[in-house]
Order: sequence, then C-alpha cells, then structure tokens
Amino acid sequence: MSDAAPASQSAPQPEPQYATVEQQAEAASFGMWVFLATEVLFFGGMLLAYTWLRANHPDGVAEAGRHTTVVIGSVNTLVLLTSSFTMAWAVHAAEHGRQKALTRLLSATALLGLLFLGLKGYEYHGEWTEHLVPGLNFHQDGPHARTIELFYFLYFLLTGLHGIHVTIGIVLIALLAVRARRGAFSARYYTPVEVTGLYWHFVDIVWIFLYPLIYLVGRSGP
Amino acid sequence: MGSLQLLPPSASAHAADMDWLFAALLGVSAFILLLVFGLMILFCIRYRKGSKVERGNRLGRTWRVEVAWTGLTFAAFLVLYFWGANLYVRIHSPPSDATDIYVVGKQWMWKIEHPGGQREIDTLHVPVGRPVRLVLTSQDVIHDFAIPAFRIRQDAVPGRYETLWFTPTEIGEYRLFCAEFCGTWHARMGGTVVVMEPSDFQRWLDSQDPGPSLAQEGEALFSSYGCSGCHGGASTVHAPKLEGLFGRPVPLEDGRTVIADDRYLRDSILMPKAEIAAGYPPVMPSFAGQIGEDDLLKLVAYIKSLADKTADSAERPAP
Amino acid sequence: MTTATVTGKPEEPVVATKNYLTEGGVTLRSWLLTRDHKRIAILYTLSITFFFFVGGAAATLIRLNLVTPPGIFTPDIYNRLFTLHGVIMVWFFLIPSIPNTMGNFLIPLMIGAKDLAFPRLNLLSWYLYVGAGFLALFAILIGGVDTGWTFYTPFSSLYSNGYVVLALAAVLAVGFSSILTGLNFIVTTHRMRAPGMTWYRLPVFVWSNYATSVIMVLATPVLAITLILVAAERLLKVGIFDPALGGDPLLFQHLFWFYSHPAVYIMILPGFGVISEIVPCFARKPLFGYKFVVWSSIAISVIGFFVWAHHMFVAGISLYAGLVFSLLSYVIAVPSAIKVFNWTATLHKGWISFDAPMLYALGFIGLFTIGGLTGLFVANLAFDVHVTDTYFVVAHFHYIMVGGMVSAYFGGLHYWWPKVTGRLYPEWWARIAALLIFFGFNLTFFPQFILGYLGMERRYYSYPPEFQAWNIFSSAGASVLAVGYALPFFYLGWSLFRGKRAGANPWAATGLEWQTPSPPPTHNFDRTPTVTRPPYQYRPEPEPQDV
Repeated sequence: MSDAAPASQSAPQPEPQYATVEQQAEAASFGMWVFLATEVLFFGGMLLAYTWLRANHPDGVAEAGRHTTVVIGSVNTLVLLTSSFTMAWAVHAAEHGRQKALTRLLSATALLGLLFLGLKGYEYHGEWTEHLVPGLNFHQDGPHARTIELFYFLYFLLTGLHGIHVTIGIVLIALLAVRARRGAFSARYYTPVEVTGLYWHFVDIVWIFLYPLIYLVGRSGP
Repeated sequence: MGSLQLLPPSASAHAADMDWLFAALLGVSAFILLLVFGLMILFCIRYRKGSKVERGNRLGRTWRVEVAWTGLTFAAFLVLYFWGANLYVRIHSPPSDATDIYVVGKQWMWKIEHPGGQREIDTLHVPVGRPVRLVLTSQDVIHDFAIPAFRIRQDAVPGRYETLWFTPTEIGEYRLFCAEFCGTWHARMGGTVVVMEPSDFQRWLDSQDPGPSLAQEGEALFSSYGCSGCHGGASTVHAPKLEGLFGRPVPLEDGRTVIADDRYLRDSILMPKAEIAAGYPPVMPSFAGQIGEDDLLKLVAYIKSLADKTADSAERPAP
Repeated sequence: MTTATVTGKPEEPVVATKNYLTEGGVTLRSWLLTRDHKRIAILYTLSITFFFFVGGAAATLIRLNLVTPPGIFTPDIYNRLFTLHGVIMVWFFLIPSIPNTMGNFLIPLMIGAKDLAFPRLNLLSWYLYVGAGFLALFAILIGGVDTGWTFYTPFSSLYSNGYVVLALAAVLAVGFSSILTGLNFIVTTHRMRAPGMTWYRLPVFVWSNYATSVIMVLATPVLAITLILVAAERLLKVGIFDPALGGDPLLFQHLFWFYSHPAVYIMILPGFGVISEIVPCFARKPLFGYKFVVWSSIAISVIGFFVWAHHMFVAGISLYAGLVFSLLSYVIAVPSAIKVFNWTATLHKGWISFDAPMLYALGFIGLFTIGGLTGLFVANLAFDVHVTDTYFVVAHFHYIMVGGMVSAYFGGLHYWWPKVTGRLYPEWWARIAALLIFFGFNLTFFPQFILGYLGMERRYYSYPPEFQAWNIFSSAGASVLAVGYALPFFYLGWSLFRGKRAGANPWAATGLEWQTPSPPPTHNFDRTPTVTRPPYQYRPEPEPQDV
C-alpha cells in the first residue's frame, strides 16, 4: 500500500504508528490481501453479469466470441504470464538484496506490461474498425446483434478495468525500479516490492480468467 | 379525516388465512416483547444503583442459558416460517378452473382485458366466489399490482409474465394500488376492484362493448406476423403444430421436458432457440423487439384457445 | 459521577495541555492534512452531522407533505425528496456513522495502538466521502433524482427524468471510501493490537466494527459494479437490465441487494458494539455471554450475504428461491435475538445507573427488539406478499436504522464525549433529549406499521382519506423527534466551551481508551499498554482499574 514508507538508506525506521519494521511489513502485505479480496468481488460482479448473459443467450455469446482476435489474446496471455514470472523473480532478488537484478527485473516487468497494453490497444483499434464498440459505433446485423452488443459492452468493461489495473501496476513497478536503482531496498526492507508483486500477480490471474471467457468460448466445440 | 382504522377489509379466502397468520406473528412477538421489556424494567428497578437487594449467586454456566434461548427462539421461528411458506405456496398454485384476466401496467395506468375481449382501465370487475388468475406484465418499468383487501400483490415486470390469483368472498369495492415506485404519478396509478354477484358480473360483461376477444385478435395477428406460414395447417414447413399444445408437456431437444404454459409460449416467440421442441429444426427467427406486449398477450391467448382442438396433421409434437 | 484514577498517576482534574487537539497545530491546514485517526474522526463527525441534518430536513418535508393529502409538493418534488432522504441517510449518514466517527477514534485506542495501520488511506477515505457528498448535493441542487435510493431498473436506467448518473457516481465514490475504511479496520485489528490484547480480550465494539469491515470490503465492490452497469445502460443504451434492450431487470435487483442487504448489517452491527460497551459500564457487570455476542456478530456478517433475495418475494423470483431465502432470513434473526437476551441478562443483579448513555442504550434495546420482531413478519413469505413496499416495511427498517442505529450513535456520542472533548455534557439535558427521542420515535413510526397493514404504499405523495388519521400521528411524532435530535446539537456545542472538565475516566469504565488522558495525546498512549485481563471486568463500586 502507499503507506509502506520510503526507508532511509541504512537502518529502516517504521512509520510512527508501528512498533517495528516487521509489523509494518506484515500490515502492508495483509492490507494488500484484503484489498485483493475487494477486487475479487469487484470483478466477480461483472463475471456474474457475463454468466447471466451466456446462460440466457448461449448462441449469441458464442457468435460474439468468434469476433474476438484470439491471436492477440493468446500472445497477451503469454506476455502477462512472463511478466508475472519476472515479477516473482524480482521479489526473489529483493529478498536476497541483489539490487542490480532487482532493477532489471522490475524494468522488464514494466516493459512487458507496456507490451500488453500496446497489443490490447491494437486489438481495440481493430474492434473499432469492425464497428464493435457499443454506444459509440456499434453496428452488427443478424439475429444476435443485441447479444453481441452486450457481450462487447462487458468485454470493454472487463478488459478496460483490467487495463486500468495493468496501467496502475506499470506505474507502481516503474517507480519501484527507479527506487531500486537508487538503492532504496535491501534484504531487510523490500516490502513495497513484495506488496506490488502480490498486486501484479492478481492482475495476471484476472486475465487468466478473462482469456477463456472472452476468446475461447465461441471457439470450443464443433 | 378518517377514523382510526386498524385492519383493512378482508375480502378473499386468503385474506382470512393471512389475518390468522398475522395474529400468530403478533402473539409470538408480543410474548418476546413482554419478556424482554418486562425483564428489562424489572431488572432496572430491582437492581438499580443504591437498592439493597441480594446480588449473590449470579448466573454461571452462561453457555447453557445461551443454548437454551437460542434453541427455543429458533424453534418458534421455524413454526412461523412453515406457516407462512405454506400459505405462500398456496397463493402460487392457482386452481385449474380459474378465469384468466390479463393486466398490463404502463406509466401510469393498469390496462385490463377480460377473456371475452372486454377492456377496462384502472378498474377490475370480478365475480364473487370464483377463482380469478391475473396474468401480469408491464410495458415500461416495473409496477406492482396490489390489492390490500385480498392481502396479495405481485410485481408486473416488463418482459415477463407473472401471475396472481384470488377468490373474492365479499361483494364490494376495494382499493387497488401500484406498489412499486414507477415515476411521477406512481401514487395515482391505482383504482378499484369491484367484486360482484356472478349474475351482476355477467350482466356487466354483456353490457360492455366486447370487441374482438383476445384470442380472435390473436388469430388475426397469427397470420399478419406470418406465424401461420409455418405453424398453419397448410404449411409445408416442418414446424410444431399448435393445436392442443397449451398445458401439455413438450419434450425438448436437450432432453428436458417443459409444460407449454404462458411463459413457454412467450419465450418461444421471443427466444425460439432457447427451448427447442425435440424433433424440429431450429429454424424459427426471434420476434424479440418486433411484437409488443399487447400483441404478445393476444398471440398467447390465441394459442391457448387452440388447446382443446386437435390438429389435422399428424405432425403434432408427441404429448 | 466520580472520577476514577489511573494506577500510577495522580488524579487529573485539568486537561493535559498536550493532546491531539493542540499538538501539531490548530491551523486549518493541520486539520485538513492530518493523519491522526482522532482528528480524522472529528472531521467525519462534523461532515456526517451536516449530512444528517440535510437528510433530516428532507424527512421533515416528507412528513409535512403527508399531513394533508395531496400535500404541498408536486409529485416530482416529493419523489426527489424521498430519494434525497434515502440516498443521504443510507450512504452519507448510516453506513459511515459509527464506524467512521467512533470506530476511527476508538479502535486504535481500544486495542492499544498509536493509530490505524494506514493513516493516509484513512484521510483519503474522508476526502472521498466529502467529495462524494458534494457531488450528491450538486445532483440535488441542479434538479435532483427521482428513483428512490434503490435505483430500480429499468426506471433508473431509461425512464427517470433526474440526474441519475451523477447520483450513481456519488454513491460509487462513497462506496470506495467505505471500502478503504473497512480495509484499514481489518488490518488494524489483525496487526496493531497491543501486547496481551488477544482476540477474546477485544471489546465487543472492536469485534463488531471488524465484522462490519468484512462486509464493507466484500459487498461494496459488487455495488460499485452494479452502479457502473446502470450508468452504462443509461448513457450508452446497452441493455443489461432493460428487457426492451434484451436485459433483465431482476438481475439488477439481485446485484443491488447482494450489497444492500449486507449493508443493513453495516449499519446496525456497529450499534451492537456501542450498546455492548455501554450496558456493562452502567450495570457495573461484565457483559453476559461475551463469546456469544462476539460470534453472533460474525454469524450475522456471514449469513447476511445469503439473505438478499428476501427483498424480492413479489418481484418474480422462483417459488423455491422464496422458500430458501425466507428460511435463511429466519436463521439470521437468531443471532440478533441472542444479543438482545444477553444485554438483558447483563442487567440482572447489576448496580444500574441511568445516565444518558444508558438511557439511549435501553431505548436501543427496546426499539431494536420491536424492529427485529417485525423483521420476522416481513421475512415471512405470505405476510411479506401483503406488506412489501408498504409503510410496514418503512416502519420496520426505521425501527432498526433510526430507533436502533441512531439511538446507538447518540448513546456512543454521549458516552465517549468526555474522552473526545475532555468535557462533560450537561446530564439533565441529555436525559431529556434521550426520552424525547424515544417517545417521539415511537409516535412517528408505530402508526406506520398499522398504515402498512392497511395497505398504504411507500413513495406515495398522496393517499386515500382513510389513511390520514394515522399519518397525522406520525407527523406529530416526527416533530417531537426533530426537537429530540436538535437538542444535543445545542447542549453538546455548549459543553465544548462551558462543560465541566472530564478526567481520564469519568464513568469508571474498563477498556484501554479510558486509561489515557481525555482528550488523548496524539499517539494515544505514553507507553504502549500491556493487557492482562479480559474486557468488562466491572465491579460493583468504582475502584481503581489497572492495566
């Protein structure tokens, strides 16, 4: 959380409300877990709406799913998974006080995040040209047009909010990278890296749920 | 300014049952309330600061006391639950001989259509002693058809049919309200339910300009929307025949069986792909957005009127 | 009242000069940028009081309009008034009331911590609250909203002629404020307890705020997404909830009540906490059945997530859903009943005194019992079919929310007033206000039960003549109630300047918050306390407590 303090170079001091640095670190990571619980319910509400749509209009959802660009979706899945790997590695490096590796791995994670956003933007552009953006330029024919519109609305809502989460993650990780380069972290104090790592893995997991629901659902079966 | 009324008029069989349930709930509540208030007041007086009463031997083993009162309360609650649940099931099971009256809510009026084609707005005429089933829907927002004298109400939800049934037992005029907030004139969206002697009711029906009945209008729509092209007797398309369909079980493509009721007919017109009758290709287009609520009611009424007929064709779905 | 002493210190007749009100400066800037949980609690108290009077003003106008049908307002204005009343009272008063004021102030003090775990987040939460509040007021001033606080679709998404999207945005923002508060409380309770403060030594007030926080964190995000969907349907005309566009209006109700039913427990659980502090203190006895009271709070917060569809018995849910949700609603009534019995049993063989906080607490128990018992009526399937959306339901939830929660709020306010301000409030005025509120409340809302059974529907600006007599009673009661609520505003304000100085522990209460000076120093305790005993170790005669 933002309250994880910038520590002084040598002997890290806890913020005034904490007794020890350890207590502060525990509170920060526990706080992130609670925050992620909120996030699960946040995405859960949208997934419920998606479930409702699919249960009521299975054919329309399948057809809409076939409009998605599965190649970009798959590549993006790979990109995010890799970034989760570099993030986990970064936390490991921080734990062992390997400053240089930490800086590099954080930068790599942030860059992979940017790549994800870039690809997503390209995908959005494609959907715009195909008139698939509800409320702005949606135009489809056929018996399932309404369902496709709803599907795409939920698609933009889900991926859009996910994209905002990715963006926040990139900013946080980039800031961490800068601080890591200045030597702000040590094997004794790396709470922000750990907490941000938790957040980043969560963002990744959300995508793991979204990927099949968006890209694969229309392509299964005969 | 009216007098201080305590109970609403009771004008249906269910209303009498409900008042008994009310009495039971009141009884249990009064008992608990007197217990809690009584003990509180007693303790507050007896153990007030400065009073010199004996205070030794306090309650120990609190968990026994806790389990006892938890168990007892829950047992009392369960009795009330089953009582209410039983009545609720009953008001959701209309008798088969109930007359269907169609009700469409719209901002801010109730449009009512009798099976004989008689229409009225904000007034519902019903005969005493005969079960009536209302089929409710809405044209715009959610409304709620509430008759306090019968102790029943039901939301009229756009895009759905909900039902509500009652048997009036007392002749008279009773208030009808819209109970779900529906906009500016929500408070004015109501009227009167008139319960009449069956003979008076028949006279009233006869005096109304009947117009074509719902089913007759539905028949006309059946051809104008092109339904008869496939479902009609002369059609060459392999489509389910609708004679004798209503009220019968329909085996579905996915192995389930559903009863062909209002909901099934309505959904089949709007979402034909959702529940496909076994043995028929899923070729029917959806009419969602093309047929309004009024017309849907008429079509459904027409298909219902075919319930007693038999199809000439052998292609009728197996019952 | 006797002033108790704290072990190892002489009696403190004069307020310590170094306290949270003076330390760190008294400038506006020092307040607006403060990270001290106690100062943030004061900020919350001021803003919540403001919104309480806004919501109360709307209530006054509503009752005024209902004296003589068809009333003095046009239906559109009336519809905006009750929407304003509902939105403000639910989201800007009831939900934040006890947690954000007393919870903020007391949780760190009660568990022996220097502050909440995330002070900056706490301040951010207040800014979100105030921002959201002004957004809501703005929506009201430019034309208002006429959907009711429940925002039912498709009325809210396609038919309403009010500023629905602005109101939705305000509620969304205040929701995030509530999530941040909940998160902060959960982490604080888990990680910031003083040495020796085990879970079963926590005061019930902390437990019940903890249970509340769990609901805030888990239910509020669902509300957020629901409101976003409504706004999207209204702005973009994509059909999620409107059947004409291919949506389902019941989906909205499921999503909305999935938050809003647990939210009812957000509103009442902290009140349970306050009462569980006051009753043992003024009965000079340990709380009866501490663990049962604690676990019934947790049970309520868990079961609270599984009863939402009891708001929809006539909305068109399936028969079986109705049967299940009604049963679960009866189940959740049990833990509430347990609490009432435990408070009553706490009085048994006590040494009861009747200071204002205790009067509020006794009033709470009585009114909450009536509210809870009528909960059994509306949880009953067949009965609910008759009274849904009538004044019976209105009376029921006002007994819980106003009779219960607001009484608890005032009780807590008086009980901790000396701690917060270092001054005593005038006792007799406070007792008069407590009695006025109790009787005014009953006069206002009891007739509404009768009206509801007679069939008077909610949200009606006008009604048939046979309902008028009871409505006049109700409006008369409302004016008594208004006086009752206005009184504390004056005498508490007066006591800020003229009240007698309170010592550290004017009630001779147990609990860590009473072991530090009043008002407390910025970091709460000079030395981190060590806890060696369970809470509520009250003995008959006030005597020195040790930590």
